[in-house]
Formats: sequence, structure tokens, C-alpha cells
Amino acid sequence: MGPLGLLLALALHLAACTRTHRDYCVLGAGPAGLQMAALLQRAGRDYEVFERESAPGSFFTRYPRHRKLISINKRHTGKANAEFNLRHDWNSLLSDDPRLLFRHYSKAYFPDASDMVRYLGDFAKCLGLRVQYNTNITHVALDKDPQAWNGHYFILTQQNGQAYQCSVLLVATGLSVPKLVDFPGSEHVEGYESVSVDPEDFVGQNVLILGRGNSAFETAENILGVTNFVHMLSRSRVRLSWATHYVGDVRAINNGLLDTYQLKSLDGLLESDLGYLALVKDSKGKFHITLRFFLDENNSSQSADAIPLPQDDNDNFAMRVAYDRVIRCLGWKFDFSIFNQSLRLSSGTEFSKKYPLIRASYESKGSRGLFILGTASHSVDYRKSAGGFIHGFRYTVRAVHRLLEHRHHGIGWPSTEHPITQLSSSIIRRVNEASGLYQMFSVLADIILLKENATAFEYLEEFPMQMLAQLETLTGRTARHGLFVINMEYGKNFSGPEKDVFYYDRSVAHVEDAWRSNFLHPVIYYYRHLPTEQDMRFRPAQWPLPRPAAIHHIVEDFLTDWTAPVGHILPLRRFLENCLGTDLRSFYAESCFLFALTRQRLPPFCQQGYLKMQGLSSTKSLRQHGVESRLLPDYTAMENSSRWLGDHPSAPGPLTQSLDSNKEEL
Amino acid sequence: MMSSGFVVFRAGVALVLMCSFYRSTEDPLPELSPQQYFSTLQPGKASLAYFCQVGSLSNSVFLEELKEAIRPLQDYGISVSKVNCVEEEASRYCGKEEGVMKAYLFRGHILLREFPTDTLFDVNAIVAHVLFTLLFNEVKYVTTLEDLHSIENSLKGKANMIFSYVEAIGTPEHRAVMEAAFVYGTSYQFALTTEIALLENIGSENTGRAHLYFLHCELASDLTESCRTTRMEQPLTTLNIHVFIKTMKAPLVMEVAEDPQQVSIIHLQLGLPLVFIISQQATYEADRRTAEWVAWRLLGKAGVLLLSRDSVDVDIPQHANVAFRRAEKEAPVEFLVLNDVDLIVSHVKSNMYIEETQEDEDGDEEGPDLAIQDDEVAETVYRDRKRPLPLELTVELTQETFNSTVTTSDSLVLFYATCTSTILLTRINCADWSDVCAKQNVTAFPAVKLYKEGESPVSYEGMLGTKDLLKFVQLNRISCPVNIASIQEAEKYLRGELYKDLFSFPSVSVLGLFSPAMASAEEHFREAGKRLRGSIITGVYSEDDVWILSNKYAAPLPAMLLARPREGGIESVPLATAPVQEMVRILANAPLEAFPEITVETLPAYLRLQRPLLMLFSDGSIDPQYRNAALALVRQKQLEPFTPCWLNLKNTPVGRGILKVYFGHLPPLPQLLLVNLHSGGQVYAFPSVQSITEQSLMLWLKKLEAGLENPITIISDQAWKPPLPAFDFLSMMDAPAAQASAKKGAECMEAAEVQASAEQPRGGGPAPRREPPETLRVKHWNRSIAPREAGEPSRPHKEL
Repeated sequence: MGPLGLLLALALHLAACTRTHRDYCVLGAGPAGLQMAALLQRAGRDYEVFERESAPGSFFTRYPRHRKLISINKRHTGKANAEFNLRHDWNSLLSDDPRLLFRHYSKAYFPDASDMVRYLGDFAKCLGLRVQYNTNITHVALDKDPQAWNGHYFILTQQNGQAYQCSVLLVATGLSVPKLVDFPGSEHVEGYESVSVDPEDFVGQNVLILGRGNSAFETAENILGVTNFVHMLSRSRVRLSWATHYVGDVRAINNGLLDTYQLKSLDGLLESDLGYLALVKDSKGKFHITLRFFLDENNSSQSADAIPLPQDDNDNFAMRVAYDRVIRCLGWKFDFSIFNQSLRLSSGTEFSKKYPLIRASYESKGSRGLFILGTASHSVDYRKSAGGFIHGFRYTVRAVHRLLEHRHHGIGWPSTEHPITQLSSSIIRRVNEASGLYQMFSVLADIILLKENATAFEYLEEFPMQMLAQLETLTGRTARHGLFVINMEYGKNFSGPEKDVFYYDRSVAHVEDAWRSNFLHPVIYYYRHLPTEQDMRFRPAQWPLPRPAAIHHIVEDFLTDWTAPVGHILPLRRFLENCLGTDLRSFYAESCFLFALTRQRLPPFCQQGYLKMQGLSSTKSLRQHGVESRLLPDYTAMENSSRWLGDHPSAPGPLTQSLDSNKEEL
Repeated sequence: MMSSGFVVFRAGVALVLMCSFYRSTEDPLPELSPQQYFSTLQPGKASLAYFCQVGSLSNSVFLEELKEAIRPLQDYGISVSKVNCVEEEASRYCGKEEGVMKAYLFRGHILLREFPTDTLFDVNAIVAHVLFTLLFNEVKYVTTLEDLHSIENSLKGKANMIFSYVEAIGTPEHRAVMEAAFVYGTSYQFALTTEIALLENIGSENTGRAHLYFLHCELASDLTESCRTTRMEQPLTTLNIHVFIKTMKAPLVMEVAEDPQQVSIIHLQLGLPLVFIISQQATYEADRRTAEWVAWRLLGKAGVLLLSRDSVDVDIPQHANVAFRRAEKEAPVEFLVLNDVDLIVSHVKSNMYIEETQEDEDGDEEGPDLAIQDDEVAETVYRDRKRPLPLELTVELTQETFNSTVTTSDSLVLFYATCTSTILLTRINCADWSDVCAKQNVTAFPAVKLYKEGESPVSYEGMLGTKDLLKFVQLNRISCPVNIASIQEAEKYLRGELYKDLFSFPSVSVLGLFSPAMASAEEHFREAGKRLRGSIITGVYSEDDVWILSNKYAAPLPAMLLARPREGGIESVPLATAPVQEMVRILANAPLEAFPEITVETLPAYLRLQRPLLMLFSDGSIDPQYRNAALALVRQKQLEPFTPCWLNLKNTPVGRGILKVYFGHLPPLPQLLLVNLHSGGQVYAFPSVQSITEQSLMLWLKKLEAGLENPITIISDQAWKPPLPAFDFLSMMDAPAAQASAKKGAECMEAAEVQASAEQPRGGGPAPRREPPETLRVKHWNRSIAPREAGEPSRPHKEL
């Protein structure tokens, strides 16, 4: 090695030394970044959050433009259970501090975005999260190092050249780049991000909105009353969230235009591929829609008025009217620009191009240790569940944190162990209160790992169910004796943009028809062995999991209250019993006493309760109910009745014999 | 993308398989002209022909069923063909009117019967009708009781008879009977009726779809004596009838002189258990009679054999009189002492239970009602839901009030979940305040914890009942362990006088004695006492003058004194240097009495000793004579291997249930039993004719030890299986998919240019699996919407 080489090595070494090291680097102090920071903070990890702006949640300072959040802030449910109440609180982040609940920040059911900014600011401040504001990370690269946790460090470079070296990189930058359109005349199109929100600016205008998502409808809603008309143009048909059961589709709160369109009040919806269109500005400054190939055929140097329009041939062309304004509301996509090639962070498949490609564990497919959190992680459940929204990704972020705790700190996935007698009550409790299961249905699922001989079980909450095959390595728990997966599901053919979700027989009430349940309901899968990756990949179409050994649906419930003894709990118990091959009924101490003296084995309830001197006494009125329901014999009455019934005479005479045989024979 | 491609591929494979399957099972229906047909007829051979007009619309549904009937009819030597009537060579069978085509049954050239196609509505009907016609002489159709009796009388002393009732001619049951008649028609006289009234006359109250009876007329020598009758209890299928007749044919009782494990007779092969009546030369005649008696009772349910004890060199327990062997291959022979025919029969029946329910599942679509609650706790609590609980006496805590309450007052907190004093009784609903409960480490409900100021909370681990909980609270009011300051106080403590205001009689007081130097032993003892806090009072005395107590009670230090103020008497237990765990065990066993009354509450503590229970069941308080005898033997340490105890049926009525299990009925009381719970499960009864004295008891126990006594019963070691099956949602979910592929299969048939189509509308043959899926779905929905049986709580069907 020449002196030059030595110098270079020294310089590199110095550079490496000046890089600040962090075990965990979080990009972005939005809801997902702060959620991860709060979890890392509580676990006492070495982390830093990098935020471009001077305060958290900068996205919400500008968006939504019309300031009304469409995530619900339900402040009253009639219940005190904090976990349950989170089911209907779509804005709060997870923390131990009850003051950091969004309901303390806004009284509005659909709150104002500035309340969200205030909330996120308080969240970061109250929990003392380590956030570096005004820090614009402009470049992220990979530095191979066999000593590093993942075989490489992530090198984050700030605008001013300052660099950070991170063992794990958590990207929570959201979707920040507006999706643009590219067609002739698209330069005349205003963007959602900059268009005026003052209705006064639209008085007496003809407005064309490109796009059919919530931002398009929100924009239309704002100006509906002052324009001549609003036309909305997009490639595919409108998807209404109450039909698709996907919160990212158009919410009823903004759908005034659907009403005025169907009632023929001049507003309207059209479907066309934007790529075929062209926009022509005439001499009066009005915009005309024409077709792209008309422009290609003709010389582009022609004056605007000479460009052929569709209505020249086809005089009832729908968009033959001239527009005053054209607004693009096409949503956002992930900013890939800061990531070096070496990270191999690529965009998703056709359906989710706007998102980076990740595994169901939220880890990038390209480089180990790089996780995508928050809105940008929505490719996992795009158009299915709530992973792109606060009330969904707060749980997926927690799942990622649990994976990291195990991977790097040897702390297994949190679990609780219970005797088998608690099996059905554990499930019932979770399906009735768990919020992560409820929001992230079919993405996060609870897992019950059975212990040997099924005498006890371990309960793991909110595991990313698509990673089931890797459960043991990801959680550090063993699944050798069979497992249950508890998931929440909608009916298989219930949801869809074209589905009638109000049809007459939509809800199922009979327990035996539970598998036809349409609305969100708990489904329990039983596997004797952990499914393999093969099983996961080749699972039946439309199934979230491979074919189980047995499956149970708890029948859908109008009140989402699955505590009915006969309608919900009894069928669940029968299912569990038949999976485990045992009797899971509960018994009073008196019954256990009888079994203890007349059977060599006892049912689990008596074994784990009564035999340990923790039996369940009955009371007089309960015993009476038991006798009435014929579940408990009346032992005090036994003496008298047996005498005259003579059902088991000790010395059988021929008379009783023939009487008895009469019963059996003809 | 990849997975969906794979699925398509698999579906393709399935489709191909379906096609080939369809083709391979297809029996060709020979199509002949009338001339050809009549030329093929062989004398004596039966053939069924369907005549149809060429060119006219053929009855495709009927042809489908006819095709299916080819194979079964061939088995009975009956050929099937379709005869195409061409106009110029019209046969008289070719019908005059268009469309009214019939099937004809010939034997040789002789026409036996003609069938309008609508009587042959499905394959069962075709086979049933054809066999019924051919077996006209073998199967007598009866409509009146007189007919039946005259057949019966004609057979008496000569042959046996099989009589069956079917709902209608042409049902699957009818076909099964006819198929049986085809095989057994020469051995037995068959009679058949469709008159339900006839069945009622016979006295059978339960009228299902079909019944079959075996009338043992051969045995009836006297005309006035009516034939013994055995009813077949299984559903009428060809296989079941076959099995049933086989068992009827077998000898009533077989005598064997070989190892019962090796015996193989027809019953075993048919899946029925065997009952061996163990006989001795001396009692052969009586045993034979018993065996026959049992055999009649168990006819068709089990095989009965007479096993001669003297001629086998198998080790048969001395007093066993019955051996039982299940039908399963590896099932061991059980030897039993059953002194009564009823007991034998009920034993067999209860051991057949599992198989029977399985049969039900197959045969009966409805099955048991899974929606009936069989959890006694869930059901009784639910029934009790409307009774208001006096909750005003307990303070309801919330997240906000929990901490302030438990830190400022001694409180007993019940952690519950609604799916369930100087001391403040409080409760917290964990369904609402899950955080609080999680923080208090409460994961199972209900749970009870006692919070005392300045001390860590104590979890209650006793019975969930008033009595025990109260005791827990009271014991917790005493500091733990009690520090005794003087010898006088110690004596008072041992006499139970120290806490007179709390308990009238503490059952037991424990006092640890340590010299001041024995710090570690004392610490272990204190720790053990703390762990058992709430279940036992412990005291510690470790002053310098501890030797006074040590000498007085002959307890070398360190020691533990056990005082039972209720009975008097103080016992000393050396403590040596036992570890904490061992101390806990010793302390926990301290309250155990030498001759306790067993109650629901106390049994678990005694069961932990793992000894056979020597238990006297008494209706009311115990006979003092026995009590003294038992206590004397205890003092002589004669009863060490046992747990001697007694049970008062007045206090513990469930004891009657136990006796009923042991004896099958309520025996005279008192009753002394030895219950070997932990090894073998034998129950021995002290001969009730003898009076219980020290001597007789010892003698009996010696006899037991020597194996000279027989158990009255052996308690079941059956595992606790699910009481009822669950809904099989997996196969319900499969069903629509399977139907979809079946439909594809049908389309594929069309593609293969098979004439008929399964999808054409057809006249009401009951074959649901072949209906188009839409119809079935509608049916299913109708069923679920139709009002169910009375008693089922009605539920709202729809959201409004």
C-alpha cells in the first residue's frame, strides 16, 4: 500500500469517525415516525428521528387542503375500555399516557388538520422524543461492514454534508411527491397542492377535476355550490368506501357530487384514460378536451383554434363544453430520489407503483434492516385494510418494533401464558376489545401457540399474518404443538366497488351459517403444524392463510359484541374442544368433586381449578337453575326418587326383566 | 401473480380428472331395436327394457337414472336396455300415444310387469321395483295385522321371519330391504308393509322412515306363543341389514375355552363388542341361563359367549364374572364384576356410545343440536342473569379510583370481566379497565386480591365461594406470621384463644419454635408462612426461653407445633433445615386431619396425599363406634397407606351421585368403601352385613391386600373428549366450490358429446348433489330463515 493509499484509508477512517452512529434512524417525524420513536424511547433504544421541517407532522400543515380530516374522532362509545375505544379513534398514536388521546385535542367528529399538527407536536414533546428538526436528509447509501447488525450500515447524509451511520433505517417519509399527468396541454392543469381553496375563485366557472379519490371529491365538495358545474374524470369507476370496506376509498362525507350527478344537477362523472387526452387552450383562455392522436396527426404548430376536437365528428361528445379550470387531484407517491441504488429500493407492482416494494414484515426486499413505516408501507394491504392510515399503521409500526426487539435485543415477541381453560375466554376478550386486530383485519392476527399436550397456551398479539411461516424466527417463540390464528374478516364476496352492500339477506344470524357472515367478524384458523412458506404462497385464492385443519367463524354481530353465551361462545368452545380433542366445559366444585371420586381423569377445568383448591362454588339459586336445565342432578332428591323408580334394582327378578326387554324389543 | 397462475393450473388438472372420471364410470346403455331386443332374451333371465320412440323427445332424466341402475341390476343378473322403436317395425310395447313410454320387465319372453317411468323416479326406485317384482313370492306384502299373524303362525317352529316397514315403495330403505331379500330370501320369510297403522298395532311407538324386525319364530314351538322379536336399531341400509341378519344367524351363546383375547367370532368382524360370561363347572347351568338371558338382551348389539374358567389357562381375576372386549382390534379384555344382567347390558351400551354417535353423524343429517348449552356454569349463570345482585355493598373501582382506594384502605378487590366491611369490598370490571387489571397482573377472571396498606397485595387462591373467601379475609387480618412474645402468649395461641374475637374455633394453629441462633431456619419458616398467608395461621416464637416449650412438647429445635384447638391435642413436627419449598409443603399439609369429614371443599387437600381413600358414606353424622375404631387404627398407625375419612350425605349430597356410580343404585347406608383413585381405580365395598369394628376392618384390608376381594367396580379412566362435534365450516365452505367444479364436470360431459345433461330441469327426484348449485343455495337459505323448532330462542335475522 503506497502512501497515497494509506492517506486515503486514513481519510476514510476519519470520515467514518465523524459519522454519528445510531442503532435506529427514523426518517420523518410524521405520525408513523413518531409512533416508532415512542416505542424505541420506551424500550430505551439508541435512536434519532430526522425531520426536514421545524415541527412534526408538516404534511398536515398543508394537507388536506380543505383542512377537514376524514379520520373519525369518536369521543363517546359508551364504554370505558381504552383498547376498545381505540377502535373508533382513528387519530391517536399509541402511548401509555391517557392524556395523549386525540379526543382531548378536538371535539369534531371529523377534526381539523391543524389539531393533528398540534397533537403530533405535543406527542413528541410530552414523550421527549429525540427528533432533529430542520434536518434534510438528501442521500441514503449503504456501507458494507461485517460488524454491522445487518452486514451493512445505512449512511444518511444531510444537506450540509453531516453524515449519520445507522444500523437500522426506518423510513416514515410518507407519500410526498404529487402524482403528475403528462399529456399535451397538461401544463395548463392546476395541482391539488396549490389550487385555491377559496370558493370565491370558482364562481360561475366550468371546472374539470382529474382524479376520483378523496382529494378530488374534497376539492369538488368545496366548490360545488358556486361553480356552473364540476366534471370529474378518471380512468376507473368510483370506489366508495362503504361498498369496498376500504377506508382509503371515497368516503361518504365528501360525496355530494355523486348526489348531484345522479340527480342530473349539471355535475358529472366520466371515465377515460387520461393518457389518451389532450388539453387545448383557446384564444379566450378556455380549455377544450381533445384526443391526443388528433394532435399527433396534425402539425403541432397549428394554432389552437385549428386543432380538431372530438365534437367535430361526434357532435354529442360528452366533454364538448369548454372548461375554465382543470384541476389535478391524483394523489401522491413515495419519494425514491434520496435512496442510493445500493439500497435496491424499488417500486411495487402494477397496482401499488406509488409504494416501495416491501415484505409483509415491512422490511425492504432489497436490503435487510431497511423498514418502511406508515403510509409508504401501504403496499402490504393496499385497498384491503387500514395500513396506509394512522389508525392502521400505528399497529404495524408496533409490530415492526416487536420484530426488531427480538432480532437485535433478544426480547421475544410479547406473549402471555395461560392454562388451556382460559382459551375461549382469551379469544373472546380479544375479539371484543382488540383494536389492532379490528383495524388491521386480515393483516395483523393474534396467534395462539399451544404447549405440549395442549394443557396451556401462549398468546401473541397482532402478528403480521403473512409472515406466519417465519413466526418462530421472527418472534423467538416455538410453535411445535399446533396453533390457532385469530383474524377478523369480511365475507369473501361482500366487498367491491360494484357490490350492493345493502341487499336484503346481507347479515347472517344463525350460528350454523356463520361462515357466510359478511360483515367484519372473527375467524379462527387451526393448524397442527406451522404452515411453511410454500403453504403460504400456494394458499387458495381469496384466502388470507393456507387451508387450515379446521376453521371457525364467530357469527357476525350487529353490535360487534361477541359475548353471547350460546350464539358466540358455545360454538367457539365446541370448535376449540374438537381441535384439541378435549372437554373445555367449566364445572362447579360439586361436579368436580363427583368426577374426582368417580373418574380416574378429570376435565381440564377441574384439574386446573378444583384440584388446586380453586374450585367454583355454586349458590342455591345457581344450583336450582342447574337442576332446571338438567345439567346438574338434584342429589338431595335422588334418595327418594330412586326407591320408587326402581331403575336399578339390586336383585333383578324376571318381572323387571321382561318389562325392560319390552322396551328394547318389540 | 405466481400463485394465481398455479391455482389456474391446478384447476385445469382437476377438470381433466373429472372428465376422465365421468367417462370411466359410464356404463353404456345398450340401444337396440325391438327386433334385436327380443332376439337377445334368454329364458329364465330377467331384463328391463325402456321402449322409446326414435326422434321423440327422450326422457333424459329417467335415462340418467336408468344408466345408474345398470350396474346394480347386473349384480342381480338383470340386464337393462333401451329399445328404440322405429315406426315401421312398431312393437306393441312401443306405446300408442307419443311421449307415454314405459319400461317393461321380462323374465325370458314373459312380461312380468310394466312400469310407467314416473314410478321409477330414481335409481333406488328402479332397483327396488324390479327386485320387488322378481321376489314376489319371497317378500310378502302385508296390509293388515291378520296377514302378518297368519304368516307368523305358519312359520312357528319352522323358520324365522324378517318383517319391515318402509315409508313408501321405491325409497332407499325399500331398496335396501329388497336387496337383502334377494340374498336371504330363501333362508327367511320376508314380509313388508307400508301401512304405518300396522306398526302401531304391533306396539312400536316411534315411527321413523323405516323399521326392520327379526321374528324368531323358529323357536316358538307353541302356536299360542308369539315369536320373540328383535328390532334393528341402525338405519336401514343394505350393509346394516346384512350385518344385522348375520348376527341373528349366529348362535345365541357360544361356548369357548380359549383366551378371550384370541377369540374371533362373527360379531367382532362386524364391529360389535363381545361379552364373556365367566362360568365354572359347578355353576355351569346357571351361568348358561344368565348368558342366554344377556344374549337376548344384547341381540344385534354384542356377541355373548360363555367362557369356562376351568379350561383356560388365562389369568382371570378371582371374582370377575364378566369379561368385556371392544370391537377395536387392539382393545384389551376388561374383567368386571357385574352382579346383575342390567349392569352388563348397561355397561355394553355405555361402551358402545362412541360408535353409535358416529353412526348418527353419518346416517342422520341433523345430528345433535350443537346450540344446546352443555356447560353447567355458563348455563346457570346465564339463567341467573336477571337476578339483581346486591352490588351496592361493594365499591366499583375505575382506572381513576383504583390506586387511591387500594392505597388508603385495606381492600379486597374482585377482578372480574362481565362475560362474568372494615375491609372494603370492591370490584373492578376488567372488561372496562383492562389496563388496571394488566398492571395488577390479573390475566384470568375472576381473581381476588387483598390490598393492605403498606403490604404487597395477596392473591386469593382458594375456592370461589363465600365460606372460603371469608376465611381468607379473616386470616389475613392477623399479621403473618404472628410474633409471639412470651411463653404465656404462646400457650394461649396454641389453645386458639388469641383470636377468639375472630374465630370461634380456628381449626389449626401452627407455631414455629426456633432458638435465637436458628436465623435461617426461622426465615424459611416465615417465608413459607407468608406464601400460605390467608389459608393458615402461623406464629413464630424464638425467645431465649424457647427451650421450655421445646421440652414440654418434646420437640427438638427447630420444630413446629400443630395445635388443633377444636379436638385438643398438640403435635410436634421436627423442622430440621428444610428448604422453603419443603416448609411450604409441611405447612400446607398441617391442617389435614387424621380422620376428616370429606366435603367438596376439603377433598382436594386430601387427594394431594395420593393415597387410596378409605371412606365411610354416612347419611347424617357418623356412627361413633366406627369413628372410634377408625381413630384407634389411625393411632396404631395401621392405616398409614390410606386416607381414612368419611362423608356426610346431609352435608355433601353429591355423595349420593358417587354411590350411584359405584353401585349403579343407592346402597344401604352406611357404606364403607376403599377407593383406589390413583392406581387402577378399583372400588371395594366392605361387606354391608358385617359390623365395622377394628378387627373386621383390619381383616378386610388384609384380604384386599392379598387380592382376595373383588372390586365392586373400576372407575372409568376414559379421557375427556369434546362432548359434541363442532360445525364443520371447512367442509361447508368447500361445498360450494365442489359444486362449481361438479358443474364444470357436467359441462365437460356435454363437450364429450354425451347425450343427456345433468342441468336440465327434472321431475322431483331427491338427489340434491346433482341439482344445480343455485337451487341448493336457495334451499339452504330457506332453511335458515324458516322458524326453527320451538324452544330455540328466536333471533332477529336482519339488520333494519
